[in-house]
Amino acid sequence: MNKTYEKYYVPAQSPWPIVGAVALFLIAFGAGNFVNEVTKQQPGFGGYVLAAGFAVLIFMLFGWFKNVIDESMSGLYSAQMDRSFRQGMSWFILSEVMFFMAFFGALFYGRVIALDWLSGGSNNAMTFELLWPEFEAMWPLLKTPGGIETQAMPASGLPLINTAILVTSSITLHFAHVGLEQSKRGQLKLMLLVTILLGLTFLSLQVYEYMHAYHDLGLTLASGFYGNTFFLLTGFHGMHVTLGAIILLFVFFRVLKGHFTPDNHFAFQAGAWYWHFVDVVWLCLYVFVYVL
Amino acid sequence: MQPAQFHESTKVEILWTAIPVLILILMAIPATKTLIAMEDTTEADVTVVVTGSQWKWHYKYLEHDVEFYSLLATQKEQIANRFAKGENYLLEVDRPLVLPTGKKVRFLMTSDDVIHSWWVPAFAVKKDANPGFINEAWTRIDEPGIYRGQCAELCGKDHGYMPIVVIAKEPAEFDKWLAGEAERIAKAKAEEQELLAMNMSLEELMSVGERTYTAYCAACHQPSGEGLPGIFPALKGSSIALNDKPAHIDIVLHGRAGTAMQAYAKQLSLKEIAAVITYERNAWGNSTGELVQAADVHAVMQGKGE
Amino acid sequence: MSAVVTDHEHDHEHHDHKPSGIKRWFYTTNHKDIGTMYLVFALIMFFIGGTMAMVIRAELFQPGMQFVEPNFFNQMTTVHGLIMVFGAVMPAFTGLANWMIPMMIGAPDMALPRMNNWSFWILPFAFLILLISLFLPGGGPNFGWTFYAPLSTKYSGDSTALFVFSVHIMGISSIMGAINVIVTIFNLRAPGMTWMKMPLFVWTWLITAFLLIMVMPVLAGAVTMVLTDKYFGTSFFDAAGGGDPVLFQHIFWFFGHPEVYIMILPAFGIVSSIVPTFARKPLFGYASMVYATSSIALLSFLVWAHHMFTTGMPVFAELFFMYCTMLIAVPTGVKVFNWVATMWRGAMTFEVPMMFALAFIVLFTIGGFSGLMLAITPADFQYHDTYFVVAHFHYVLVTGAVFSIIAAAYYWLPKWTGHMYDEKLGQWHFWCSLISVNLLFFPMHFVGLAGMPRRIPDYALQFADFNAFISIGGFLFGASQLIFVWVLVKCARGGEKATAQVWEGAEGLEWEVPSPAPYHTFETPPVIK
Ligand code: HEA
Ligand code: HEA
Ligand code: CUA
Ligand SMILES: [Cu+2]
Repeated sequence: MNKTYEKYYVPAQSPWPIVGAVALFLIAFGAGNFVNEVTKQQPGFGGYVLAAGFAVLIFMLFGWFKNVIDESMSGLYSAQMDRSFRQGMSWFILSEVMFFMAFFGALFYGRVIALDWLSGGSNNAMTFELLWPEFEAMWPLLKTPGGIETQAMPASGLPLINTAILVTSSITLHFAHVGLEQSKRGQLKLMLLVTILLGLTFLSLQVYEYMHAYHDLGLTLASGFYGNTFFLLTGFHGMHVTLGAIILLFVFFRVLKGHFTPDNHFAFQAGAWYWHFVDVVWLCLYVFVYVL
Repeated sequence: MQPAQFHESTKVEILWTAIPVLILILMAIPATKTLIAMEDTTEADVTVVVTGSQWKWHYKYLEHDVEFYSLLATQKEQIANRFAKGENYLLEVDRPLVLPTGKKVRFLMTSDDVIHSWWVPAFAVKKDANPGFINEAWTRIDEPGIYRGQCAELCGKDHGYMPIVVIAKEPAEFDKWLAGEAERIAKAKAEEQELLAMNMSLEELMSVGERTYTAYCAACHQPSGEGLPGIFPALKGSSIALNDKPAHIDIVLHGRAGTAMQAYAKQLSLKEIAAVITYERNAWGNSTGELVQAADVHAVMQGKGE
Repeated sequence: MSAVVTDHEHDHEHHDHKPSGIKRWFYTTNHKDIGTMYLVFALIMFFIGGTMAMVIRAELFQPGMQFVEPNFFNQMTTVHGLIMVFGAVMPAFTGLANWMIPMMIGAPDMALPRMNNWSFWILPFAFLILLISLFLPGGGPNFGWTFYAPLSTKYSGDSTALFVFSVHIMGISSIMGAINVIVTIFNLRAPGMTWMKMPLFVWTWLITAFLLIMVMPVLAGAVTMVLTDKYFGTSFFDAAGGGDPVLFQHIFWFFGHPEVYIMILPAFGIVSSIVPTFARKPLFGYASMVYATSSIALLSFLVWAHHMFTTGMPVFAELFFMYCTMLIAVPTGVKVFNWVATMWRGAMTFEVPMMFALAFIVLFTIGGFSGLMLAITPADFQYHDTYFVVAHFHYVLVTGAVFSIIAAAYYWLPKWTGHMYDEKLGQWHFWCSLISVNLLFFPMHFVGLAGMPRRIPDYALQFADFNAFISIGGFLFGASQLIFVWVLVKCARGGEKATAQVWEGAEGLEWEVPSPAPYHTFETPPVIK
């Protein structure tokens, strides 16, 4: 037997979806032109369209979330709706996991298969002999078959500190949640704030690490497969931390305004799940990109 | 009519799961055997390195000093429906690959640019030519004769114009051909050296140049020299073809990394390169009046430390 | 499966007025409106993609270059594939899901109605970008719908960035659509609608949505790497930097193979709804259908490299992917046999939806068998990248996916519009399509076996006769689809009134609401016993 529903709130109409679609259109179209213009150093309108797209997107998010918050606060939502939101969020996170899987998969393939073949492994003896006789497989890949050289990013030091920071932030966020559920608003506010600050610290250190990589190690986006996977994985992770921090910031403002109750706090929950997910991604990343 | 109402039977469900499984197993056994044999490239008698590039094949006999390019030989006019189409329309090349019969021939496939795929149906060989990697395949030809095939992986604009022709000869004939070919190539190299001291006339350069341009350059830069905007740059009125001569020679010799512009130092003779550059600097209203001689090309080559 | 509705219509005080004007469509949150928009959009894209196919067929009518340049031909091939897959078949299925799933499970709407509208409206924009790119200097994407690197990276034109971002937003749309479907099915089933009472269309879509969530992000990853390889100096797909062009193919096909099942599982669901109705007999082997669908979905993650047999994988990998691919024939066979057993000793009638469903069963099976031939690695060495493959996938896609969508349209049109479609015209549409589609795609098997590679604008003389024949079949099939449009327009504008049940043998919640289905259905849940 299923859970029954009494009423399921279906908003009558909403302008925000199509505004959001226009925003994505501007972003995609703008970015498509912008990328060409930047890499060829040509003038063009792409950057403006892209910026306009983000502006519209932010406008849309504000409007949309305002609607949802108002509806939620005026009690239009049922427990069943809350389940819909929660399930929706979990499936969204699964899709994010798969996005990262593409890059982890590439990392795995490059390390275990491509490098082996380039140095004559499996059925590729002739690849090595005829094409890359000087190539030596190693990881991190400090010298590519084509001869680009770079240095490795050590796992100790800054990355380790960053790992500690992110793990701590997950714990503080958990305590914020506990605070929310036990109606300890003070603990909630404090712990949430600490979480956000830890996230921002993480991001600043990450920026610092990138500068170190570019200036001191010669490790760039273009320095071969090692640099590629390093920057794409950490870069996309960093973008997710940024997004997660923004979500938590909004949740924080709502907390200050007195929103959320111990049994109705989907937005908080979603933000927290997202944050924990980003944290787990970092742990995988730390292991596979830095340590191993 | 009253429909029957049955809707379940575990017995038939099991039956029509099990029978297909059996059929599949029966299919898999010979398939596995064949596959393992097909992938065994050891103990070959002859090895040919096959390199694809946009849009031609290059063959190199690994154990010998023989290598050459193989290009589509069908006239442009046939493709444009201005001449009647020949019997081997689109399946003919200027220099076919020659292989011995009765021997295990191993192919090493690779590519200079995008992925191509070397396919001769009669040999049951289709293997991708991946840039930066070498794939192996083999065949044993029973009958002397002419075998034809095509590039089988989308490799850009002229993917449809990248045929393969193989002539299979008896081993003795094959050896004779190989020796003759080695001699021809050695002679051509010697001629190149002599050429350095000579100056060619504008007419000669332009006529050799036009021929070379049509065969090697026109696919991208177009016969009109106008290129295809957005993918292939124009030469007509371009600054490199009007001004900087050494840079012009350099790009033709060495190509430009990261673009479709290939290195032609290996593909063309000094004379052809000199001629085609002269042509590009004087055709379509690019009237610089400058001549480029083989020696100029050679100088740039040396400058690069070759 | 027997679903009986007891109380569903006591909420009559509720308004059934629809908002009017253009705002109704822009701002809507109604699953039926959104379903309609998806379906109309898919039809338009089918015609645009079909027009490109007509350009391809016109150029291939004779050897030699007639109408277009090789580069433009490649753009037509590429964009035809992209539009048909992402613009026609997938949105059509999503449209059907939107219309039918809430009605089939007794839900008031989709679970996340606003996001639903967002998912839809992204699509026209995404395809607008793709179509705009065709008019850029250098043209649109020309590297095949599979965009293999490095052809799509170092060697592609400026439009590549537009292509990449357009695929990104298409992917966002698909993922949101899929989330909506899953959540609706998990959370909004009416009381008593247990898992094993769910109509098969709902089941197959549930599994499809799961596949979408698993693989669309991987496609996004693939296009992202193409973008950085082309524009930002990375070398994921370049050996000189330690990468491998074949890595691209692994990532692409990890998405691409489940993708082809995304395009066929909902079709299985449709056929499983139609066949019992017109055989007037319950579906044979309901449970085994559910298990078979799940097995197909799980296996689909283990077979991707059967598209890559010629890339030079080691033998053990080739064997692994060959065996897994062959295994998929077993659950698919179970489905085919179940449909046949459903018809066995039924009281069959042959209205248009049933005709298309029958054609589906036969012709999809032909496509499945050619797929099985392709799965045999040593044989695939010969068939790969020839018209044999083109024949295979058009049988499963056109006479498979597209025929099922057409069948679904005929089947549910009376429910959507409240009018019966014109049966006679429908039968014309069916017979014209059936004959021409086989003239079109069957001979492709032969030209493929005779050695004609795919994606070429011009070919050797021995293929000429067959190609002329195929092109004529193509033009006829295209023209036959005009009848379909005629039927649709006619049915939308009027016709014999449809009853609630519409078809004598139809069972399920959607047949218990009036035709046309009211704007809001099941605002209070029906109870299913
Ligand atoms: C809806 C889409 C769809 C579907 C359902 C399928 C289904 C199958 N496909 Fe297909 N395929 C494509 C779409 C699809 N394919 C596309 C688009 C491409 C080309 C992509 C590109 O390169 O552009 C492709 C390419 C493709 C290839 C690569 C060819 C190549 O490029 O060299 C292979 C190889 O194994 C393959 C195999 C199969 C198999 C084994 C099935 C199986 O699922 C089929 C199973 C069904 C049956 C077998 C019939 C019914 C069964 C019975 C009646 C039971 C009894 C039978 C026996 C046990 C024998 N497909
Ligand atoms: C669901 C997917 C789908 C569908 C429905 C179709 C439908 C059709 N396809 Fe498509 N096709 C693909 C998916 C699909 N295709 C894919 C994935 C590829 C691979 C791309 C690649 O290689 O990258 C491909 C490639 C492909 C090729 C190979 C191109 C090449 O390798 O160079 C050909 C060649 O004949 C072809 C033909 C057709 C035809 C004639 C139809 C017909 O069924 C279309 C019928 C529809 C219409 C014609 C439109 C409606 C009618 C009108 C507009 C009226 C006016 C017309 C007339 C009066 C004539 N397709
Ligand atoms: Cu080379 Cu196709
Ligand atoms: Cu597949």
